[in-house]
Amino acid sequence: MSSMIEPASAPRSRYRIEEKARFHPRDLLRHWEALLAALLVLVCAVNGLLLPHFFDPYNLADSTFNFSEKAMIALPMALLIICREIDISVSAIIALASVAMGLANQAGVPPLGLLLVAIGTGTACGLLNGTLVTRLGLPSIVVTIGSMSLFRGLASVVLGDQAFTQYPEVLGDWGQGYFFDVLPRPFVVWLLAAALFALLLHATRWGRQLYAIGNNPVAARFSGVAVDRYRLALFVLTGAMAGLAAFFLTGRIGSTRPNIAMGWELEIITVVILGGVSIAGGTGTIGGVMLSVLVMGMLTYGLALANIPGIIMTIVVGALLLATIAIPRLLRGKRAAGR
Amino acid sequence: MALNFLISRRAPAAAAREAGEPLWQRREPLLALLTVVLILLVGLRAPVFLSAQSMDNLLTDSAITIMLALTQMLVILTRGIDLSVASNLALSGMMSALLAMHFPELPVAAFILMAVVIGLLLGLLNGWLIGYLELPPIVVTLGSMSVYRGMVFVLSGGAWVSSRNMPADFVAFPLARLGGLTHLVWLGALAVVAIWFLARHTRFGRDLYAIGNDPAAAAYVGIASPARLLWTYGLSGAMAGLAGYLWVARYAVAYTEIAYGFELTVIAACVIGGVSIAGGVGQVSGAVLGALFLSVINNALPIMRISPFWQSALTGMVILCAVVLNARGKQGGRKQILPLHGQKSATSGSTA
Amino acid sequence: MRAAADESTAPVLTLSGIGKRFQGVVALHDVGFTVRPGEVMALLGENGAGKSTLVKILTGIHQPDEGCIQLAGREVCFASAQDAMRTGITAVHQETVMFEELSVAENIWIGRQPLCGTPRRIDWRRMEDESRALFARLEVDLPVRAKVKDLSVAQRHFVEIARALSQQAQVVIMDEPTAALSHHEIGELYRIIGQLRRAGTAVIFISHKFDEIYAVADRYTVLRDGRFIASGELADITEQQLVALMVGREVGQVFSRVASQTTTPAAPVLEVSHLSHPSEFDDVSFAVRPGEILGFYGLVGAGRSEVMHALFGLSPEARGTVSIDGREVRLTSPAQAIAHGLAYVPEDRQRQGALLSLPIFQNITLPVLPGIGFFLRRHRRHEIGIARHLCEQLELKASHFHQHVAQLSGGNQQKVVLAKWLATQPRVLILDEPTKGIDIGSKAAVHRFIGELVAQGLAVILVSSELPEVMGMSDRIVVMHQGRVQQVFTREQASAEALAAAASGGLHADAATATSAGDATWH
Repeated sequence: MSSMIEPASAPRSRYRIEEKARFHPRDLLRHWEALLAALLVLVCAVNGLLLPHFFDPYNLADSTFNFSEKAMIALPMALLIICREIDISVSAIIALASVAMGLANQAGVPPLGLLLVAIGTGTACGLLNGTLVTRLGLPSIVVTIGSMSLFRGLASVVLGDQAFTQYPEVLGDWGQGYFFDVLPRPFVVWLLAAALFALLLHATRWGRQLYAIGNNPVAARFSGVAVDRYRLALFVLTGAMAGLAAFFLTGRIGSTRPNIAMGWELEIITVVILGGVSIAGGTGTIGGVMLSVLVMGMLTYGLALANIPGIIMTIVVGALLLATIAIPRLLRGKRAAGR
Repeated sequence: MALNFLISRRAPAAAAREAGEPLWQRREPLLALLTVVLILLVGLRAPVFLSAQSMDNLLTDSAITIMLALTQMLVILTRGIDLSVASNLALSGMMSALLAMHFPELPVAAFILMAVVIGLLLGLLNGWLIGYLELPPIVVTLGSMSVYRGMVFVLSGGAWVSSRNMPADFVAFPLARLGGLTHLVWLGALAVVAIWFLARHTRFGRDLYAIGNDPAAAAYVGIASPARLLWTYGLSGAMAGLAGYLWVARYAVAYTEIAYGFELTVIAACVIGGVSIAGGVGQVSGAVLGALFLSVINNALPIMRISPFWQSALTGMVILCAVVLNARGKQGGRKQILPLHGQKSATSGSTA
Repeated sequence: MRAAADESTAPVLTLSGIGKRFQGVVALHDVGFTVRPGEVMALLGENGAGKSTLVKILTGIHQPDEGCIQLAGREVCFASAQDAMRTGITAVHQETVMFEELSVAENIWIGRQPLCGTPRRIDWRRMEDESRALFARLEVDLPVRAKVKDLSVAQRHFVEIARALSQQAQVVIMDEPTAALSHHEIGELYRIIGQLRRAGTAVIFISHKFDEIYAVADRYTVLRDGRFIASGELADITEQQLVALMVGREVGQVFSRVASQTTTPAAPVLEVSHLSHPSEFDDVSFAVRPGEILGFYGLVGAGRSEVMHALFGLSPEARGTVSIDGREVRLTSPAQAIAHGLAYVPEDRQRQGALLSLPIFQNITLPVLPGIGFFLRRHRRHEIGIARHLCEQLELKASHFHQHVAQLSGGNQQKVVLAKWLATQPRVLILDEPTKGIDIGSKAAVHRFIGELVAQGLAVILVSSELPEVMGMSDRIVVMHQGRVQQVFTREQASAEALAAAASGGLHADAATATSAGDATWH
């Protein structure tokens, strides 16, 4: 190979570049995750003060059931948004996967098979989304609006006004059961998945390339990153995780109804954006998403304990979303004006 | 002495463009044709569909969708999106209903006005965040959608406002007839004319196209984008407010979940109608036809004895087809460097 | 063409003491000059001299921190671009400010369309008539209903000029207007400038092509390092003196390179045969040897970058044969091209080359990640090492490797992009307009560096629209026009006239005996 990288007379540059910037503890605070952590502490503290049974371990464990499935989907959704894509059809994929499970169940498929059916259906849905976006170059927002209608519609057609019930008990054990009687299974599965996603995104070559795509898809492509292949993979992964979530959700509820997981897509997207993933792409961490999941989870749990109807949570979440994007902009605007 | 530059460049194509693209290639006539064909097909299966009453039903049913699709089109033109229209509709409608419940002696116009004003204010909030703070529309309207929907619950306490709570004229207005057509249809037609005029013949409308084409260039030539966006979302909200009153009055009920998910129907109508999600492209006729097309499908299903559960799936397929067609029509990014029609440049050609 | 602007005519535009600072960095300091009505003033200066800042101040995008602008004797202050346009200063940019989907007439009048009737609505008829009248004045034939997306670059320039006229501009600033224009169209532009002149409009003409400046301008103003250096009549100064003023020192042969010293021609490392694309280029064939620089010259939009994109695996519709070291390869993706030893440094380093929100070292190692490993954390030391080595070679100025590329200066950002490609240890380096946007002083350094690379055995394809650069650096020059290879020149055969003529589609008399298009390869 050419010896051009090590020319004999390479001049020493007159500039010295350090490896890292000097570490200031203050810099930690600049991170979105720090704010989220503080928010989590605040939420827990306030709830703990106002609600007597907030810190009861059994209650806490129980509360995780509410958000674990959504949290599972938040992980690949974060990756998608980092890559400047979006998937609005996830709740519909859950519905379709659940319906597929119901059909398979009726046909006598064993529980492990049901898991495979759910993940398989999700994967197929993700494949459709991904192919339309990458092969035909269509914008993901409208593709997934269309596929959302399609998937939920297919689920509706099969279900009619019936519901699938009579799922084997094993599903319930997974959907609302515990490991060793204390650790909720869906929550543990989510933690494992989050660890895997974090490893992938932050420590591997794949993650680096995803950030490159989100940062500047053109430059990434020019630099040899197989942009379309990654995007396709992400849509498939999202579908598969939605299928997995469907398995747990169906197990937890014990039935498949037409309106299963209704409205979840927007909650999941909200959680991801609150977690510090910018809608413009290229930034965000799994840690932030995890903290955001916990913040939302603890908020919901607190409201439930206080017997406040769930719809109030919707207001809180919406307001939180608006505040978190508006306040930095307002502050920056004031600083710029004062210059 | 006029030099004709068109000779050396894309003369034939450009000349054709002077007259406008061939009719059969444009989205709107195609869609109109499809709609008519669909209606006829259904009519073949069930002739009752072609009756005057059925058509009247169709128009009445599609009025609200059309009205919202019109203003959604304006929003999408600017590279934005308004996911909060359904929640806005619900909140404005609920407040209008509550007003009617507590003050039944007020004229209907007051209830309508209140709904429109509330919708306008809700829309202006979106517009301020998006236009002046320059926040991403999808995130802003996602947030406001949640907040507005939650507010419906807070205001109503979870209770339903049903027809016996509503004064008679409140409920009667939408379906009352004027010259043979319902008020809904008249309002829809009015909206079509108004938005068409706005989009085509006012500086406001043309500015929206410019903003969608190139926001930076729009700012450069002096278009007041923040103000334009403020009022575009405001308009979307006002229309949602009006639709709110019409919805609760027509169905004579108001509760937290009304029109849940309707924003996606409205956006679908725009997409089907050829309004590009990338901004800068879209016609009023497209939005109207898209909404009508969806309505025809919905109305045709019970008549064709197809289970209503097919509605969502069919809508989904139509949207996907429309998006694919939208993309095909654009042929994006393809540069034409080689001279067209085998023209060689004027003085080259030596092959020695 | 040189109208004698009367010395006693009052100036239409006077700048005095203009100063502008950006976050502590002085962009302009005490800049002042005058422009008279009906005169063409050439504004000269290297990149970074402050020309673009000055233009932004004149067009109202920025406000000066100090100094004042006087238009026709009255002091003016622009709060916005629209303000400036309304007051009488407009600009025609190299990258035109257009709305693709709107018609020509709408583009001219957007935001201020004539209104009529009650309710007030746009008077389309009047708008189109007035647009036609403007084009008639310019003696240009353009259909006013055509959508801008269907226009050529020259036509877009004319639309912008029409827009300027419609605003009754007293001063029109033209910023590098001729980059994409053919010989013919440049002539048209000169004619239009003449018309503007006769109408009393002043033109500020920004260009770095001296032949154009001398052809069209009356006076000059030179900026350097944000300061006003000199102003005067072009008739009284030579090109060398102007360059000296711009650079601040005597600059010798800027683009010189001793032709490659290889005695026995080595086998070509890259051979391209009959590369074609349905709409962008046709039947392009050429070859490059190690240690050779193959120049690709042509007008902007001739299709050269598109050929390089196809070569690099970015064009799925391209057809043709590509061979590396004599073995045919299929390059269907950039990753494959990189694996075969190709590297493509794109023209727009910022948009196509740099990932601004990522750290320096991540930018540099992006194309070679597969070679570093899967779990990157473990190989961090190695990654930084690669980055460090290249940054030292290129003399990159930065504080630490985790710094975001966005925080670096423009020149250093370009170095990061170049470092990235050198990290792939290519055998063929394709440079697309490598010195675009770089000032003269640094241009020489870049050329020297390219020369060093080539001396070590690299093959370089140099795509450039700068005649002196391509003539000074290349061993052979391929000239493209409208997607086809017009002609190939050897170093000896290449003359400015011949190259320019070929780029515009014609064959110069001298070149009648030169090698024809079929001879871009050699045996």
